[in-house]
Amino acid sequence: MAKPAQKNLPASPAELISYYREMLFIRHFEEKCNLAYRTGKAGGYLHVYIGMEPLVVGWLNNIRKGHDYVITAYRDHGHALVLGSDPVATMAEIMGRSGGQSRGKGGSMHIYDVEKQFYGGWGIVGGHTALGGGLALAAKYRKEDRVTLCYLGDGAANAGVFFETLNMCGLWQLPIIFIIENNLYAMGTALERHAADPQLYKRGFPFNMKHERVDGHDLIEVLNHSKRIIDDCRENSQPYLIEAMTYRNMGHGAADNDRQLYRTKEEEDEYMKRDCIRLYEAFLESNGILSRSEMEKIDAEELDRAETVYEEADKSPFPEPDQVYTDVYTDMTPEVGH
Amino acid sequence: MTNMTYREAVRLAMIEEMDRDQNVFIMGEDIGKYKGTFRVTDGLFERYCQEPRDWLVEPPHPEILDGVGRRVIDTPITEPGIVGMATGAAMTGLRPIVEMMTMSFSILALDQIINHAAKIHYMTGGQISVPLVIRGPGGAANQLSAQHSHSMEGWYAHVPGLKVVAPATPNCAKGMLKAAIRDDNPVIFTENPGLYSMKGDVSDNVDEIIPFGKARIAKEGKDISLIAYSRMVNVSLAAAELLAADGIDAEVVDVRSLLPLDTETIYNSVRKTHRAVVVYEDWKSGGFGAEIAARIAQDCFDDLDAPVGRVGGLNVPMPYARVLELQCIPNEQDVLAEVRKIG
Ligand SMILES: Cc1ncc(C[n+]2csc(CCOP(=O)(O)OP(=O)(O)O)c2C)c(N)n1
Ligand SMILES: [Mg+2]
Repeated sequence: MAKPAQKNLPASPAELISYYREMLFIRHFEEKCNLAYRTGKAGGYLHVYIGMEPLVVGWLNNIRKGHDYVITAYRDHGHALVLGSDPVATMAEIMGRSGGQSRGKGGSMHIYDVEKQFYGGWGIVGGHTALGGGLALAAKYRKEDRVTLCYLGDGAANAGVFFETLNMCGLWQLPIIFIIENNLYAMGTALERHAADPQLYKRGFPFNMKHERVDGHDLIEVLNHSKRIIDDCRENSQPYLIEAMTYRNMGHGAADNDRQLYRTKEEEDEYMKRDCIRLYEAFLESNGILSRSEMEKIDAEELDRAETVYEEADKSPFPEPDQVYTDVYTDMTPEVGH
Repeated sequence: MTNMTYREAVRLAMIEEMDRDQNVFIMGEDIGKYKGTFRVTDGLFERYCQEPRDWLVEPPHPEILDGVGRRVIDTPITEPGIVGMATGAAMTGLRPIVEMMTMSFSILALDQIINHAAKIHYMTGGQISVPLVIRGPGGAANQLSAQHSHSMEGWYAHVPGLKVVAPATPNCAKGMLKAAIRDDNPVIFTENPGLYSMKGDVSDNVDEIIPFGKARIAKEGKDISLIAYSRMVNVSLAAAELLAADGIDAEVVDVRSLLPLDTETIYNSVRKTHRAVVVYEDWKSGGFGAEIAARIAQDCFDDLDAPVGRVGGLNVPMPYARVLELQCIPNEQDVLAEVRKIG
């Protein structure tokens, strides 16, 4: 890391400390998600954000929460948490309980909190990018100053519908920021093996939108560039394509138990040295914002909080059988029975 | 009542709803300046996209005046993107109408329609609804051959979360399109191209809507029930006239709403006539008519004096040559033959 002491602080010390708490909480929360999966309390597909936390803590603390639209794919727990969605409800949703935001019908891949303007939570790679374009279209149609943040993976950046959406967002100059979370892998396929040109930010070029490759490991960097980009997008109703370089510390999903099929142990060790939380701790320490012992204390508190959340969520009941028919439509029930 | 074509009725429904609710807008390929391939949107661009744009967005780039910011949005030729963007806008409470140049092209957008739009309300536990209408011509027109002649309504009626309607008359088209636009769920609204020039009396009442899930008796009769939707209602009515010459008094049931389906009206008709033939333009095998026939067979078994008959499209890709095309699309003679066959 470059000499952190020379950086302009992008936020007050109190805010910087709260971001530290957030990063730790997401991490511990998601370790609990993995625990839930291992113990059979969560099923299906479950994908954690571990290693990528600055992309939510940095960007989402610079938007107008509850006003700006946010949408992402299935790696969505962190987004919900930073937007202020109830962590117990989020964990309950992951456990398929009636206390979840979608009352157990969505699961880990489908977390939504419309009050927080969080639009999910999508399982079809690339598919949600068009929905994100639609959110931005709506903001522009209504003359609102909302910005849409649409996250997607490096793998999703190859999807046809993504290019279609880029074209329309560029054509109509919609206020949207596409953030490609480039964690170098689409499941088990490395970037170089899936993208003709691995510099994904260039994909904004043909669509008349500003495009940049940015760092996604260093929270301070993320806070700085995200603020600049969000402000520009809002003020000038301009689309952006951002490629944020990041790394997922864990497997693709909870079921990915052999990462060495597609990446080496050495590579992982190299990236672990630059783990975003460690980087941030070094920054906080060298700037005299927190001492090591204060950080340890905060870490213990956030771990404790994640544990409480897990236990609380686990108390939530499973949905009643008759719930299977609700919410298919707003105003009618589908045909009942087998 | 005003006498007008089916095409005009569809257009009038859109105009009335766009005038009533500023959240309603229309997007699609060549629907603005070009007026739509079947001219359904004729006049809408002029009506909604001239100065002043009052409450509409003032684009920072005036050179893209024909783009978004207007209520009639010409889009690139990218069906998945169009449906996805419309769905995203609908998630925030706007009420987009997407015109498909033909329903055959909606096949490209199946992922957005089935995997996204139809699932949102359920997956969000009711947090988000999708007041979206996808409308356009569906079914065979005139020698458009294999890639432009699909009847998609049966495919969509398979999907929980969608509503699917296929009105047969101008009045139904207007009343049901208004209902579709006011509906908070994604609606597939299919217009058989053979109906566009058909004329009929249409209600002038701007507040009159025809709710979904209610079939219509197009012609009363007592000897056999012909059950159809969309243009096949007309074919069934023509068949009923031929049957009348043979002394058979056929009832014609216009299903008009596939999902939700009004089985009660269908069953009541069958319980009265004791005979049923289902008529649909889609491929016979696995089409929505098969679903209707299965339900009648199961739920009206004791009332039936004959097996349930079915007339559907031939199970082949639509050929180009007119003689072959006509062979594929059910006509009144096919209905007569089926009526005779079931005895
Ligand atoms: C259309 C589609 N094809 C395949 C999959 C299976 N799948 C789920 S995630 C994934 C990899 C996506 O990678 P990326 O977009 O880079 O996101 P990341 O998981 O790295 O966050 C694949 C192939 C899917 N969900 N949807
Ligand atoms: Mg990836």
